[in-house]
Amino acid sequence: MADLNQKTVPRDGIRVDLQLIADMVAPGTRVLDVGCGDGALLDHLVRFKQVDGRGMELSQAGVNACVASGLSVIQGDADTDLQHYPSGAFDYVILSQTLPATRSPRDVLEQLLRVGKRAIVSFPNFAYWRVRMRLLFGGHMPQTEALPHRWYDTPNIHLCTIDDFRDLCAEMGVVVEKALSLDRRGRTLGLLPLPLANLIGEQGLFLLRRK
Amino acid sequence: MDTALSEPASPVAAAGSTVVVCRALAASQHVTLGPLKLDCGVTLDAHRVAFRTYGTLNADKSNAVLICHALTMDQFVADPHPVTGKPGWGDTLVGPGRPIDPAKHFVICANVLGGCMGSTGPLDIRPGTSEPYNLSFPVVTIGDMVRAQAALLDHLGVESLFCVTGGSMGGMLVLQWAATYPERVFSAIPVATAARHSAQNIAFHEVGRQAIMADPEWHAGSYIKHGTRPARGLAVARMAAHITYLSEAALQRKFGRQLQGKDALGFGFDADFQVESYLHHQGKSFVERFDANAYLYITRAMDYFDLAAQHGGSLATAFRGSPTRFCLMSFTSDWLFPTAESREIVRALNSVAANVSFVEVESDKGHDAFLLDEPEMLRTLAGFLRGAGNARGLKP
Repeated sequence: MADLNQKTVPRDGIRVDLQLIADMVAPGTRVLDVGCGDGALLDHLVRFKQVDGRGMELSQAGVNACVASGLSVIQGDADTDLQHYPSGAFDYVILSQTLPATRSPRDVLEQLLRVGKRAIVSFPNFAYWRVRMRLLFGGHMPQTEALPHRWYDTPNIHLCTIDDFRDLCAEMGVVVEKALSLDRRGRTLGLLPLPLANLIGEQGLFLLRRK
Repeated sequence: MDTALSEPASPVAAAGSTVVVCRALAASQHVTLGPLKLDCGVTLDAHRVAFRTYGTLNADKSNAVLICHALTMDQFVADPHPVTGKPGWGDTLVGPGRPIDPAKHFVICANVLGGCMGSTGPLDIRPGTSEPYNLSFPVVTIGDMVRAQAALLDHLGVESLFCVTGGSMGGMLVLQWAATYPERVFSAIPVATAARHSAQNIAFHEVGRQAIMADPEWHAGSYIKHGTRPARGLAVARMAAHITYLSEAALQRKFGRQLQGKDALGFGFDADFQVESYLHHQGKSFVERFDANAYLYITRAMDYFDLAAQHGGSLATAFRGSPTRFCLMSFTSDWLFPTAESREIVRALNSVAANVSFVEVESDKGHDAFLLDEPEMLRTLAGFLRGAGNARGLKP
């Protein structure tokens, strides 16, 4: 199983961006996936990284699907339910594509880093060049693959850019251990100079820890 | 006046509760254990546990599943009831191809202490006398019931349970099991339950108990000596309780305002509406298989249940360091044990970083949903048990 940690080895079919998250997780650790959806990432981590995995998901259908497939998942809300976990309960707390949908992203981030020794956060980058173009030339709220919703039905109420997120981390004194920008297919664009990452990354993916 | 309730009791009921117990004992295994120290301070020198098992204990004794029954259920979870002849109350849950499968699991279901289907309760002859205990039976608690079950498991050579599950009062027993014997419980599935009985639920129970005690045939609990049974009181208790097991939507869907066997209102107090006749039937059939004093004792045990109070007021403390994998389940239309009660348990478990899953199942069938063929509940149960089985190293 050790070779599964090497990024070059092809693995079973989880999304490429989820695979990048999985690559950040050390085997045999304790992991909480907040907003775990149907449990694809969590299931992958449990099976291939032997993690002690837990999930939290807002949608009832998602929770039921997870539990029915043997995962430990509760129905819960990142904004209100993280506070019930003890500090340092997990090695990693993952928040994949859920941050813009939270009511208080900063509080949630604080909770992630209280409950987990490390946090892995991914989000759509609102400074992605296609987003900028849609707004600049189209005059409409941008719709992209990472932001598929229309303005009136989007769950995303706190959109941000990669640079915004970096600023918040700096302000909160959070250590950025790894920062990746991902392309449209969720593949990593490698280590780009910062302004470029903010322009051509469709998603940001951060590995964070407390100071 | 009330046709269903004023009819003479059926031959089975008239023959007395002892006949019911004898049939229950004949149809199940039973063992006398003891002594058992009760929460009230009394020690029972001996107590009998009537139980059913299905399947076989595997070589490494890792596949035992304990099913805890609800208030008015019993050990006949997966085979016909010896009194009513009806299929087991947990037929959808336990059986070949079901989430709990005797081909894989060693299934144990025991009548609770204080019950009336063969386990020691108020119907038993009080030692040193020739009379039943009646109201001199000590008030038992959920904790006492669990200790009695633990003694049974010792007798059966089951050190550790793969799973303990149950709904409603059964869920209280599951929680008590996990809190009292964490090292003996690998996984726990408390369904439609609460960590303490709410004021509303105590209130409903009190209505039921008062109905029994107001029946002149109750004779302060000594009805066996008087050759009577408080059948009307017990039936009313069951009718009131039965309403709490359903939902407004389910009652409306099932009965609406439909009339029973007539085209127009009767302008009297016979059962005009189908829902009335249904409740009468529920009350009447209950009386044939259940003992009134046992109903008093078991409802009291539920009222007294407060797991946090047992642990200095902190529910989290009850589960601190728990190695058990939990899966809680509630139903959207259950107003007797609403989802909020389950959530409180989930929060307590999270606060001590326990391994917990929680699912709220969409259903309009009220509290009773936990006993019914709810595909989503059964799918979730099966999935959780599969995951737990893998972790336990059980053969799939």
